[in-house]
Amino acid sequence: MIEVENLTKFYGPVTALRQVNFSVDSGEIVGFLGPNGAGKTTALRILTCFMPPTSGTVRVAGLDCQEHPLKVRAKIGYLPETVPLYSDMTVFRFLAFVADAKGVPRSRRRGEIERVIEVCAISSVAQRIIGHLSKGFRQRVGIAQALLNNPPILILDEPTIGLDPAQIVEIRSLIKQLGGEQTIILSSHILPEVSQICQRILIINKGQIVATDTPANLTAQLQRNLQVFIEVEERGPEVAETLATVADVLEVRPVNGAGRYLIETKRGQDLRPELARTVVEHGWQLRELRLQDLSLEEIFMQLVTDEEAEEEQA
Amino acid sequence: MKGFLAVYRKELYRLFASPVFYVVAFIFLALVGYFFYSSVAYYSLVSFQASRSPFLAEQLNLTDMVLEPFFGSISIVLLLMVPLITMRLFAEEKKSGTAELLFTYPISDRGAVLGKFAAAVLILVLLLIGTLPAMIVLEAIGSPPWATILGGYLGLLLMSGAFASLGLLASSLTQNQIIAAVISFGALLLLWIIGWAESFVGPTLGSLLSYLSLLSHFENLSKGILDSRDILFYLLLIALSLFSTLRLLESRQWRG
Repeated sequence: MIEVENLTKFYGPVTALRQVNFSVDSGEIVGFLGPNGAGKTTALRILTCFMPPTSGTVRVAGLDCQEHPLKVRAKIGYLPETVPLYSDMTVFRFLAFVADAKGVPRSRRRGEIERVIEVCAISSVAQRIIGHLSKGFRQRVGIAQALLNNPPILILDEPTIGLDPAQIVEIRSLIKQLGGEQTIILSSHILPEVSQICQRILIINKGQIVATDTPANLTAQLQRNLQVFIEVEERGPEVAETLATVADVLEVRPVNGAGRYLIETKRGQDLRPELARTVVEHGWQLRELRLQDLSLEEIFMQLVTDEEAEEEQA
Repeated sequence: MKGFLAVYRKELYRLFASPVFYVVAFIFLALVGYFFYSSVAYYSLVSFQASRSPFLAEQLNLTDMVLEPFFGSISIVLLLMVPLITMRLFAEEKKSGTAELLFTYPISDRGAVLGKFAAAVLILVLLLIGTLPAMIVLEAIGSPPWATILGGYLGLLLMSGAFASLGLLASSLTQNQIIAAVISFGALLLLWIIGWAESFVGPTLGSLLSYLSLLSHFENLSKGILDSRDILFYLLLIALSLFSTLRLLESRQWRG
């Protein structure tokens, strides 16, 4: 559905995107994840034909963004990051304008506007002036305008920013509902959000894609080493020293609380039986023993900070 | 032209929804009304005095004494008011970020520019229609030359279009509405008075400057004289401004 090749964008001397490649299949929900200023918004703006790339090509449904901008735009519903809306128009009048602009035929116009008002639950404010709405409602009006005319592709830049927790849950389930029929690209800097909604994650940092996979695979793939948490009765430094002698153990780190250790082992090996045996052989009480999963947050931090460290070295 | 109607309707809605239009219309009509009243009052005073000298009475007519100053005053007030109406057209979209919406809808740049221009011109036409009661008053107290009046209004319409197109161009240059208003006001005033230099810059440059002057092309029209050169001048100015606006909008495609 969307193919991006060698996308590069400079803002004057600043590189916003560097040789970005990715593709999105029809019906997929893809999340752009990255710290602030990573280039997420720039990438999305190029996809929507709002600004051209410095070099590289973007194809949406087989159409080049720069050759057929109007045809591409007709296929995309876009929610910009700041949710710009005409604040002096009423919600209904604004949506009527959007329907006009998107070329919804007059006969279907009213029904289509009512549909998105229904889907986004904004019927209570339909006749109010947008400037007087709360942030949450503005956000929903923004989503409603993107949904108008049922575009096959939705591009949502930080769709849940500034909403209260209940609204976030609503918007997330709305996006999940839409997925499958529509191809959705959303950006966020909030990890749990992306891992909950998206089937695939593109982690972007300093204008480059540093990782792309499903949330589960990303976790598995990037767990460089396995970590085992162990809690043994208090016996002093002797315990750590003994545990470190077990084959394939890389490091034993005491964690908060006496007798608790985080043991780093080589990847792909579950050393729990060996560790348990060692503890029991020494006659110590084993209180807890479990595999520690690296959370997406940690992976994200690893990816982002590794990159920074490499750059500092260079 | 895709999106022309959508943008046109939206702009009209927003112009009528904002208080700017009503304030501008009120001040415009009040000023024009005052100018009209004073020129009619002066005309009646002079006519009364001239009733004793038939030679002087022959020289008096409504066109010179009332219509020409009336159209002239309308054009001056428009010069002041149009930048205030056009300043927000693109500047506000850029400032508030709605440009990002506008230019990600399947609307062509041409549709957006012409839609906004047409909406601004319609507003100005409404202002001009607001001055028509003055002509009805003239009809009630005398027999005004309607052909002259028609010519004068055509001139005003062309001039409003030229003002609006320059205002639109200024608005597309910046995201600050005040800067847009100042630029368009400055440009309009310069084009208005540029012919004044005619007398001292030499014949070639002088005639060029006077040809560029908005004022000199309006002089004939305000007397009801339709000269294709004047009409063409305004149409070309409108076309040039709209074309430049379009190119400026497109420049976002290649500027960093």
